[in-house]
Amino acid sequence: MKRFIRESAAIVEVELIKLIRDPTELVSRAVQPVLWLVVFGQVLAQVRGIHTGQLSYLAFITPGILAQSVLFSAIFYGIAVIWERDLGVVHKLLASPAHRLSLVFGKALAAGFRGLVQAVVVYLIALVMHVSLRLEPLAIFAVLANVMLGSAIFATFSLIIACIVKTRERFMGIGQLLTMPLFFASNAIYPLDIMPGWLRFIAQANPLTYLIDALRGLMIIGGESVHGYAVDFAVMSVTFTVLLFIAVRLYPTLAE
Amino acid sequence: MDTAAPDKFAIETSALTRQFGHLTAVDHIELRVPYGEIFGLLGANGAGKSTVIKMLTTLLSPSSGSATVGGFDIIKSPGDVRRRIGYVSQLLSADGTLTGYENLRLSAKLYGLPRAERNGRIADALDFMGLADSAHKLVRTYSGGMVRRLELAQAMLHRPTVLFLDEPTIGLDPVARHMVWDRLLDLRRDYGMTVLITTHDMEEAETLCDKLAILHRGRVSVQGKPAELRRELGTDATMDDVFAHYAGGLIHESGTFREVEQTRRTAHRLG
Ligand SMILES: Nc1ncnc2c1ncn2[C@@H]1O[C@H](COP(=O)(O)OP(=O)(O)OP(=O)(O)O)[C@@H](O)[C@H]1O
Ligand SMILES: [Mg+2]
Repeated sequence: MKRFIRESAAIVEVELIKLIRDPTELVSRAVQPVLWLVVFGQVLAQVRGIHTGQLSYLAFITPGILAQSVLFSAIFYGIAVIWERDLGVVHKLLASPAHRLSLVFGKALAAGFRGLVQAVVVYLIALVMHVSLRLEPLAIFAVLANVMLGSAIFATFSLIIACIVKTRERFMGIGQLLTMPLFFASNAIYPLDIMPGWLRFIAQANPLTYLIDALRGLMIIGGESVHGYAVDFAVMSVTFTVLLFIAVRLYPTLAE
Repeated sequence: MDTAAPDKFAIETSALTRQFGHLTAVDHIELRVPYGEIFGLLGANGAGKSTVIKMLTTLLSPSSGSATVGGFDIIKSPGDVRRRIGYVSQLLSADGTLTGYENLRLSAKLYGLPRAERNGRIADALDFMGLADSAHKLVRTYSGGMVRRLELAQAMLHRPTVLFLDEPTIGLDPVARHMVWDRLLDLRRDYGMTVLITTHDMEEAETLCDKLAILHRGRVSVQGKPAELRRELGTDATMDDVFAHYAGGLIHESGTFREVEQTRRTAHRLG
């Protein structure tokens, strides 16, 4: 256990060093939530076409946009892993005695920290836009925990895709193909109960839905978690565990 | 279990074989490398050198056959093998976005060097490889020779029993190459390290290696001391002649496009 923590922490540490050294990617990822909230959110709020109960439309989609930026920034973790493979970094890590789980978990955790930056960005935009946010420390802490878990899920998912496709070109194609459907087949910008049955069915199998559900209750005054925090957390934890298990199996194939 | 002195050889393979689909990249090879030896693996592009190293470093599982490294079975005890080896891959594996020191610190942690020894060992390794002044510069500002020396520093930090070096001097100028050789000889002298090295450089094969094996299409076509191999071929035979004779003619490009491309890219980044 001590060894596992030491090894994972070593991976997280280098990822964070790289992140701090080159924050351009983080800055560019901050543009998207601004567009969604300031342009899309405000325009659709005028239309009043989507019933979001007692919440304003902007407040309704704020957690959805945070989850989206978590998804989009985590999903491209796979690209970084393919890059590391082309450079031979993966080979070096895998020839070391570090446990495979530490390596994969370390990557996921690092993605979690990256996700926290997205959370800060969305909170700031939402404050400027006068979205009624819950600002109790406990609620914010719970939001951050959910964001980390969500980032870890999608980063690990992305790692699995990278292990399967193995080249950057193919990954780019698949990445585009997966992120948009994951986003639209979720409760990010419209509630589950206005979806047609088939879409609701898919959305309920989508881990992003549970992240957004939890965030909606935790971030927004008057927001509620439809499934309940315990269900959201359980679904996400199980998903993460299953994905980790698969990733640990597949990661070593990158060095073959 | 092997009953006859299992621990006599640092590396011992028995009918080690790896297939990729229909291609037999490594075909029933038998190698025995005593502790403390510098062993050279030669062969044309695509002969199977990297595949042998990947199996011995536990990155790739054999299709059949077996091998031990440092007395441990690569299939049954991969963890024990990994703790006892250092590896420099054919690709450039140092992370360009980190400093030399940060690269080494990552290795130190992954290999579980005790915290109290960590910084001392890192400083020693940097000194030993002549990188002390550049320790806190980003690796992407290093020259090719410096990157290779950093990789060696990473690979030797935990004082492995066996070092696997896949074309460690490709693309290096003569001065940088000689420096790498000197360091390897020091490591052998100071720690009795066993080294398995692949190379296309006949001078390296001749002057650095105690023993050579030449691979041709996945099989060992000949093994022996460099001088013996030359003598067997004729009184005035050079290592180039030996290579040409046993490696299947000229160094032809029988590797796949990807392999050749990667080798070129490595050479390019180093140059
Ligand atoms: N992961 C892989 N999948 C399929 N074929 C592979 C794989 N790795 C190697 N090969 C093939 O196995 C053969 C041996 O490759 P290997 O990399 O071991 O050669 P090498 O002797 O190291 O060559 P080089 O001098 O170019 O580095 C080549 O034909 C190569 O294309
Ligand atoms: Mg090779």
